[in-house]
Amino acid sequence: MPADTLDVINPLRPGADPLAGRIERIHLETADAATVFIKPGADWSGHIPGQYLRFGIDIGGVRQWRTYSLTSRLDRPDGLLTITTKAIPDGLVSNHVVRDLRPGTLVHLGQAEGDFVLPTARPDKVLFLTGGSGITPVMGMLRNHIAELPDVVMIHSAPTARDVIFATELRELAATGLMRLVELHTDTDGMLDLAVDLDRLVPDWREREVWACGPAGMLDACETHWSTAELRERLHVERFRTHLHAAGEGGTVTFTKTGTIVEADGGRPILEVAEEAGMLMPHGCRMGICYQCVLPLRDGAVRDLRTGEVTYAAPGDGVAIQTCVSAAAGACEIEH
Amino acid sequence: MTLVAEPHPVATDPTMPSERSGQRAGSAFAPPAPPVDARVNPHLRLVDGKERVLHPKPSGRPDPTAHLSAADIEALGRELDAIRQTVMDSRGADDAAYIRKVIAFNRYLELTSRAILLFSLFPPAWLVGTAGLSVAKIIDNMELGHNILHGQWDWMRDPKIHSTTWEWDHVTPAAQWKESHNETHHTYTNVLGRDNDLGYGIMRVDADQPWHLANLGQPLYSFINALFFEWGIASYDLKLHDVITGKMPREESKPRVDAMLTKMRRQVLKDYLIHPLLSGPSFFPTMGANFVATIIRNLWSNGVILCGHFPFGVDTFAYDSIEGETRGEWYVRQMLGSANISGGWLVHFMSGNLSHQIEHHLFPDLPSNRYAQVAPQVREICQRYGLHYVTGSYPRQLASAWAKVFVYALPDKEPDRSRGQIVASAVKDAFVAGKAKRAAKRAAKLA
Repeated sequence: MPADTLDVINPLRPGADPLAGRIERIHLETADAATVFIKPGADWSGHIPGQYLRFGIDIGGVRQWRTYSLTSRLDRPDGLLTITTKAIPDGLVSNHVVRDLRPGTLVHLGQAEGDFVLPTARPDKVLFLTGGSGITPVMGMLRNHIAELPDVVMIHSAPTARDVIFATELRELAATGLMRLVELHTDTDGMLDLAVDLDRLVPDWREREVWACGPAGMLDACETHWSTAELRERLHVERFRTHLHAAGEGGTVTFTKTGTIVEADGGRPILEVAEEAGMLMPHGCRMGICYQCVLPLRDGAVRDLRTGEVTYAAPGDGVAIQTCVSAAAGACEIEH
Repeated sequence: MTLVAEPHPVATDPTMPSERSGQRAGSAFAPPAPPVDARVNPHLRLVDGKERVLHPKPSGRPDPTAHLSAADIEALGRELDAIRQTVMDSRGADDAAYIRKVIAFNRYLELTSRAILLFSLFPPAWLVGTAGLSVAKIIDNMELGHNILHGQWDWMRDPKIHSTTWEWDHVTPAAQWKESHNETHHTYTNVLGRDNDLGYGIMRVDADQPWHLANLGQPLYSFINALFFEWGIASYDLKLHDVITGKMPREESKPRVDAMLTKMRRQVLKDYLIHPLLSGPSFFPTMGANFVATIIRNLWSNGVILCGHFPFGVDTFAYDSIEGETRGEWYVRQMLGSANISGGWLVHFMSGNLSHQIEHHLFPDLPSNRYAQVAPQVREICQRYGLHYVTGSYPRQLASAWAKVFVYALPDKEPDRSRGQIVASAVKDAFVAGKAKRAAKRAAKLA
């Protein structure tokens, strides 16, 4: 029997391609954040707390892929996975998930990925530094491993008390003495200034293994701070957003296998431009971390939108580039 | 522009990054001439102020667009562009749900029908199973295969319902069909000498196509082609003639032939061995059921396709008429070169909405469920611009197409010779030529 007939009958069956999942229920965490309970297909091969998964959902008939950190406990008897997302302004997927998603919806999943995880030899002293929805991968770690971590400090920033995702759960963990929680409400308390606040809030921060996840500005500050202290190796960072620089040159992008030719401007990822031209492109996180979109650049030049770095290929080369963060920097040929 | 990174180590020219990065035309980065798009490039935008050039055909039949100025045609193009854009902008979850519903319905229908056929020794089971399988095969080819392979559903970004990945219940591999159909037929629609779909190389269906003695047999060829349409299309997509005569280089023909044979083997095994074997004692009835369902599908789809371009009233275009053709002119050619089938929902659905052939040819990548919506607007435009809009019921259009197959089997009357005289002299010529050929062969043998 053809595989696609079987997928119509049971999309969660073993062997279904791509891996699917079914939304079981949605729980509002705050006014604009929600936790989604997903029953994964039979081929789901598990995850390590702190990892993320690619999550594909059809919105307005068009499939959109994003990545979300897994927050579920590994020992859930129902085997459901949970992800938590916060609706951001103009965020197509996050707003849809928080406001319009209904139980029973079929979604598409990638296997768990990422190395933002605790080492198997659990560190004695841990500091979690999180901001906004950056709490999610850390929540996955706390829910599964808090009992194995003898000394945990967490500094979590959110605009107001009402914006704190998992607030009740975090405060309970703190109340039971399993960790020390520093909640910063930045609308009233101001932003965390590492140089000033860290010594005061966590005097022994130099002895701690740190996991940080939050807005790009906060993570940049962390990297500077721990680098300056020559403790960069203690800092583990998870980035969830690319920050784009000024537009470059742009150019004609030729896809050698399909024969499609698109005019790409220098400020936008080739992936997006190609998709708008109706191409089916390999894609994933759209922020340069999952390497799902990598294609060989056969000729020409592209610029990494995050760093401004230019990658060149002469005819005959096959430089793997991430189309989701690369813009054309002149005419180029991409094998696809 | 500042360059941050070092050039890639393989880039042998050390001056490359700084010297060439700003250049476009003529730089080492310039892409090679695009194989497909170069041909259709003039079609990409509407052009104002272009002089109209009419291209009369050898038969001297009047040009149905002669009354339109260049400005008229571009205005018409703008109206059609607007219709298309309105639909494209409104594609959404309902459309996606539609195609998934059709796919699911079709998969269940095929599965159920094949399950019933496992007991096809029992005549009612044979009848019901064969009917269901026929319908499933028709939907698979028409509403699903044809339309998905056109990229009508690519916008959903679902890799399973995508023109680059879809396969159908047909002996032609999707890739080869897309080439002959999407690329050749839809680009060159009804252009004499360029669109092979005008008679599929075995029939003469237009006064401006030359008559050969072999055309006398075309009603028979056409009937055989209808019965085994799937195989006819396969040999056509394969360019069988070019492969056999060696016109196509072997390195090009080999992968095509291999892909075709693989697909054919799969289809034949599925319908005539595996499914019958699963039926056990019903082996032969199930094999027969698959054969009959395939023939029914062939006859139906052949009928729909004949109705698309062959009925009387549809226009053809001179070989050189498309040189420098604008987008507006392309639209006009598509409208005049296609014919619709009128009828209810079922006719539209079972024909894969090719009953809206005119709209399909104007907008090949519009989702098929939307053609009905744009049809009245297209018809109104045709009326307003004084262009014909050929449509009629399925029996009427099919009869019209078949009438053409019969009419053009014979040569056209000439001022000084009747059809009979032309045929007689062609027979005589063929006889004389054959005799000369045999004599030459004998002489060669003796020598």
